[in-house]
Amino acid sequence: MDNTRTTSKIQELTYELKIKDVMIKNIKTVNSEMSICSLGDFLKKNRITGVPVVNEDELVGLISIEDFINCIKNQDKDAIINDKMTTNIETLYEDEPLVHAITKFDKSGFGRFPIISRKNKKLVGIITKSDIIRGILKKLETAYHDEEERRYRASHIFNDIVADEVFFKFQYDVEAKNFDKAGEAATGLKKTLYRLGLSPEIVRRAAISTYEAEINIVSYTDGGKITAYLEPHQIRIVITDIGPGIPDVEKAMKPGFSNAPGWIRELGFGAGMGLPNIKKFTDKMTLRSTVAKGTRLVIIIKLSDYRNGD
Amino acid sequence: MVNLKDIVQKLDLKVVSGDIDREVSGGYSSDLLSDVIANAQKDNIWITLQTHINIVAVANLQELAGIILVNGRQPEEITLKKAEQENIPLLLTELSTFEIVGKLYELGIHGNKG
Repeated sequence: MDNTRTTSKIQELTYELKIKDVMIKNIKTVNSEMSICSLGDFLKKNRITGVPVVNEDELVGLISIEDFINCIKNQDKDAIINDKMTTNIETLYEDEPLVHAITKFDKSGFGRFPIISRKNKKLVGIITKSDIIRGILKKLETAYHDEEERRYRASHIFNDIVADEVFFKFQYDVEAKNFDKAGEAATGLKKTLYRLGLSPEIVRRAAISTYEAEINIVSYTDGGKITAYLEPHQIRIVITDIGPGIPDVEKAMKPGFSNAPGWIRELGFGAGMGLPNIKKFTDKMTLRSTVAKGTRLVIIIKLSDYRNGD
Repeated sequence: MVNLKDIVQKLDLKVVSGDIDREVSGGYSSDLLSDVIANAQKDNIWITLQTHINIVAVANLQELAGIILVNGRQPEEITLKKAEQENIPLLLTELSTFEIVGKLYELGIHGNKG
């Protein structure tokens, strides 16, 4: 599936890119009177394998390293370019889409095409297969950078917002006694915070403490909700429930203390570690509870590195 | 670091979900979820007899490398579905916790403190 997407993206680029975007503009040319021996030196010096032949601004042919090798093989050292160059050359216009060049390469078997201007038919560049590859890769790289930039912006989202007070609110409803759904708020929040580009450590701490609070709502109350506020400097998570309340908050905070009935303990909950865990993973927690009414827990995780990026 | 694929092969674990080509940083064994949350570490392999859906949530939150279910226990259907969805490796063994932990130790999987 990914493969077809990449293919179509490249195909798209071959239509989007013009020949002039990828061709070599700063081209070397030779005169048809040049000797084949000098051509060898010329190609070597410029590290190219072929060159357009131009006489007084007019493109008259193409000569390649292959022609040079044939001359040497035939011991035809005194020849000049004019005797050996290809004159039935095919050219492309600079404003044609790249796909035309690709098709032409496929059909002709030539290694390079001179590119001419549509206006005055003058030589403006040259294109080889490797120029096409380089051009496409460069374009793909730009697209990739744009995507990276978008991700960066997500993690620096507050920098772009102008307001006196700003926060993002994510709210999750938690059902009572439904252990099959328990954990969905925490995993939902985790995915959301990751997407916004927060550091993995912060996300983990937020998700774990939310999970513990969520399990408490599921286990002991008649339901509740979890509301996370992402603020420029902190994540504030407010957990409220309709429930029996906690008679002795201090006792509930002690590791190992639990009111959990047997069936909950059998599921692996009720270890008496929920609230202590929340405390461990957060920077601040405030627990307020009224018996027979409910409990409100506020936890805060500081984002020392968020607003200004790294 | 030991690759989970090697562990699966050497201990003859049955893979029922997840991609097992990942590194394991160590191990933790407990049947209390909050205890795992408090003490397991990222990329740990977790050995437990719990089979209900919340083990997947815990593994997901703690970014564990996988869960080994002991004593021939089978995951509940909903657990399996969730594990597949979240790409958490669930691995089954007939052995008890004590035996499988011993074998893991022999393979170089240690606890987070030792």
